Amino acid sequence: MEIGLTHYLTVASILFIVGIFGIFLNRKNVIIILMSIELMLLAVNINFVAFSTHLNDLGGQVFTMFVLTVAAAEAAIGLAILVCFHRNRGTIAVEDVAMMKG
Amino acid sequence: MQAIAFYLFSTVAVIAGTLVVFAKNPVHSVLWLILAFFSTAGLFVLMGAEFLAMLLMIIYVGAVAVLFLFVVMMLDIDFAELRGSVAQYLPLGLAIGVVLMVELTVGFAAWTGLERDAIEASAVYGTTNAHALGAVVYTKYVYAFQAAGLILLVAMIGAIVLTLRTREGVRKQDVWAQMQRDPKTAVELKDVRPGQSL
Repeated sequence: MEIGLTHYLTVASILFIVGIFGIFLNRKNVIIILMSIELMLLAVNINFVAFSTHLNDLGGQVFTMFVLTVAAAEAAIGLAILVCFHRNRGTIAVEDVAMMKG
Repeated sequence: MQAIAFYLFSTVAVIAGTLVVFAKNPVHSVLWLILAFFSTAGLFVLMGAEFLAMLLMIIYVGAVAVLFLFVVMMLDIDFAELRGSVAQYLPLGLAIGVVLMVELTVGFAAWTGLERDAIEASAVYGTTNAHALGAVVYTKYVYAFQAAGLILLVAMIGAIVLTLRTREGVRKQDVWAQMQRDPKTAVELKDVRPGQSL
């Protein structure tokens, strides 16, 4: 059986939905939320590469590289904020992140 | 063969992704995340993007996942307390997931393909995937590439600034003060008499 574009898009959409589901399910744990965001970015990358292969266009792979860059930067900054917050408050529960009453 | 590899990698990726969300212990979550990245790298190889597969291994498995692991282990948190109300958010999350799945299915079903010229076909620029990507990245996307470098620089500076702290009362070596010491002022001569202490 030939593996086509649809198969890859299905996997990517399932991974994306698992990521969204993780954000809603673990509302209190910021680390799991960050990991869910990484999963969603991974699903987007699969989509990019699948279309890049399907259309024979390298632009998708180039932008996958940029998405990887931004994901790495986001993870670094997010975890730095987390460490900073834990140092100040002694907890990382999302409900406590309401100091500014925004 | 390709179909077997695809189903293997995609099944492992989906199961590992699900376990990232549902694992009780965040350390296990990070390990499942690493497995998901590995399987996705396999999918990338199947799609002919072997350079990106290697990049995924190096950046995600080698850097990002290890960063997550470090932070999870470094912070002293009671994780059992953090996951109290899973059942409370389960219906909402399921509803949103189902709605999104239906939307994506409808979108994919309606998509009929694009009629366009493939300008940047990988066969044009070189033999391997890395050759082709390099030929495009450093020419057509050079500004975006520079911007990506700037993003990484800003992220690095930001992470350092956020986590750097100057503690009070820590004794540090001051080389300049050490070099400026003068024997005349630093050494004091005491005349110790026999049988007496200072």
